[in-house]
Amino acid sequence: MKVLTARAAALRLALLGALLLASLALGLAAGPSALAPGNALRELFTRGDSGVAADIALRVRLPRVVLAAAVGAALAVAGALFQALLRNPLADPYVLGVSGGAAVGGIVALSLGSALGWGAAAVTPAAFAGALATTAALYAVAAVRGRVSATHLLLTGVVFNAFASAGIVFVASLAGLTEGTSLFLWLIGSLSAVRADAAPIVGAFLALGLGCALPLLRDLDLLSLGEESAAQLGVDVARVQRVLLLSTSLMVGAAVSVAGLIGFVGLIVPHLLRLRLGPDHRLLVPASALAGAAFLVLCDTAARTVLGGRELPVGAITALAGGPLFLYLLRRQQLHSGAP
Amino acid sequence: MTAPALAFEDVAVRFGTREVLRGVSLELAGGEVLGLAGPNGAGKTTLFRAATRVVRLDRGAVRIAGTPVRTLPRRELARRVAVVPQDVAVPFPFRAGEVVLMGRAPHRTGLGFETPADVERVRACLALVGIESLADRSMLELSGGERQLVLMARALAQDPEVLLLDEPTAHLDLRHRAVVLERVGEFARAGGAALVVSHDLTLAARSCSRLALLADGVLAACGAPAEVLRPELLARVFGVEAEVFDAPDGAPLVVPRRAMQVPGT
Repeated sequence: MKVLTARAAALRLALLGALLLASLALGLAAGPSALAPGNALRELFTRGDSGVAADIALRVRLPRVVLAAAVGAALAVAGALFQALLRNPLADPYVLGVSGGAAVGGIVALSLGSALGWGAAAVTPAAFAGALATTAALYAVAAVRGRVSATHLLLTGVVFNAFASAGIVFVASLAGLTEGTSLFLWLIGSLSAVRADAAPIVGAFLALGLGCALPLLRDLDLLSLGEESAAQLGVDVARVQRVLLLSTSLMVGAAVSVAGLIGFVGLIVPHLLRLRLGPDHRLLVPASALAGAAFLVLCDTAARTVLGGRELPVGAITALAGGPLFLYLLRRQQLHSGAP
Repeated sequence: MTAPALAFEDVAVRFGTREVLRGVSLELAGGEVLGLAGPNGAGKTTLFRAATRVVRLDRGAVRIAGTPVRTLPRRELARRVAVVPQDVAVPFPFRAGEVVLMGRAPHRTGLGFETPADVERVRACLALVGIESLADRSMLELSGGERQLVLMARALAQDPEVLLLDEPTAHLDLRHRAVVLERVGEFARAGGAALVVSHDLTLAARSCSRLALLADGVLAACGAPAEVLRPELLARVFGVEAEVFDAPDGAPLVVPRRAMQVPGT
């Protein structure tokens, strides 16, 4: 009988940590003034003074690469948690419309902020509030005994997303934010406009969200078999749901407030990991954090470099990969269950 | 005098305006297997939910060895009472062995990586129901009967004092029915109390020391199988004309003949 031991879990996480480190090095090194990835890493740890290329890697690229890692980790973990909570591998903050709700909150704060003189610091808490409200609404509308069927998930996601897009455009128009590209970047998701001052608050939200979720990972395994079954194995189901509602909203709020609507990371990363590592959440969730970080750093590096001088929004890349995967998973779920 | 292993005392449960259980009192001693039967919707599964605190009681109490379940921490309750549900829907490809390991979760805390002793116990429980070969198979690939055996092994791995089984043999072939009922019998002989919901009255009569009939949220009868399985009682509770024979070994054998006309339909 195969059993997941703490040792085996730690070994796999160490490998994913190495993957993350390699992707960070690549992200720091790649760009118009390129650097060897090895040198980029050495610069990062020694803070040596070795020329313009190294300086660009540290001053220009480092904040962006670090935020890409944080956003990727947040979205992938939120995806894995939503999938466990709603007992559906199709769940993802973007598909569910939770990211959209966070974006509405963020853009309201941004619009009011410029009028009322709030700093950018209000955007992340407001995005968190938007995510929390949307997740609560999702539970109220679509969940039947804590489980969301594929049909309900898709329908509420479509409606929430349409509503969120309309809300974003409406608020932005009222506030006169439609000029330039910033609205476009909110809607498709991009890391090109990251502000280095966002890092502490995003980091705090991510750490808090992860910290709330980590002690409950075994409970998520038990919840996979249903709420009643989990309760009969000693899980305080209502408490776990409340804490994770908070945890996912913290992470989605943080991610969306700096990067806009980057889709499907929470779908792609846990899915690939589950194929390799199995569904045990004690491994899957921390692995999603590491692999999600590496995944978005690589996607963003591609977004910065594939078109030469011009930049692609990273959300376009993740959506191009995630859309087909979503359809494949939907098809497989229909085959397995026979019903939606 | 020791308290009964499991006691329902005047238990009432209400969903909205509908009273699903209307004052059920029932006691099980350690070492006893009690069969519970009744028409669909009579409240059998709700009785299990009352014993595991999944539903709130409208009145009455459920006690485990004298302690009201309402006062027990969830995790402790899960160490003392285990449920074998009819089936589970698993959305992720957990292996059968992993699901049985989940039965050890109430004995662990935090992230709860299992000890070698837990793994040994799980191996033993898989062997007890004869599914060692399924240990590394995904739950998504198993048949309904195989999943039911996994859930039986999981409940045994919880090492409970009380076992609640909801039609544990519904999806099983003849041999595995016998296997599961033998394990329930062994569990009781080792001092545990088992409550088995079954629609197969003949099988229940053979494997249970007492039978209880639940109809419309109240207990219609409770006693030795031969006392309970009488045609007039079956007619009243199930609305069926049934004949009851004595098998050569004296156990009752129930043969339903035809559904009776329900007044007003």
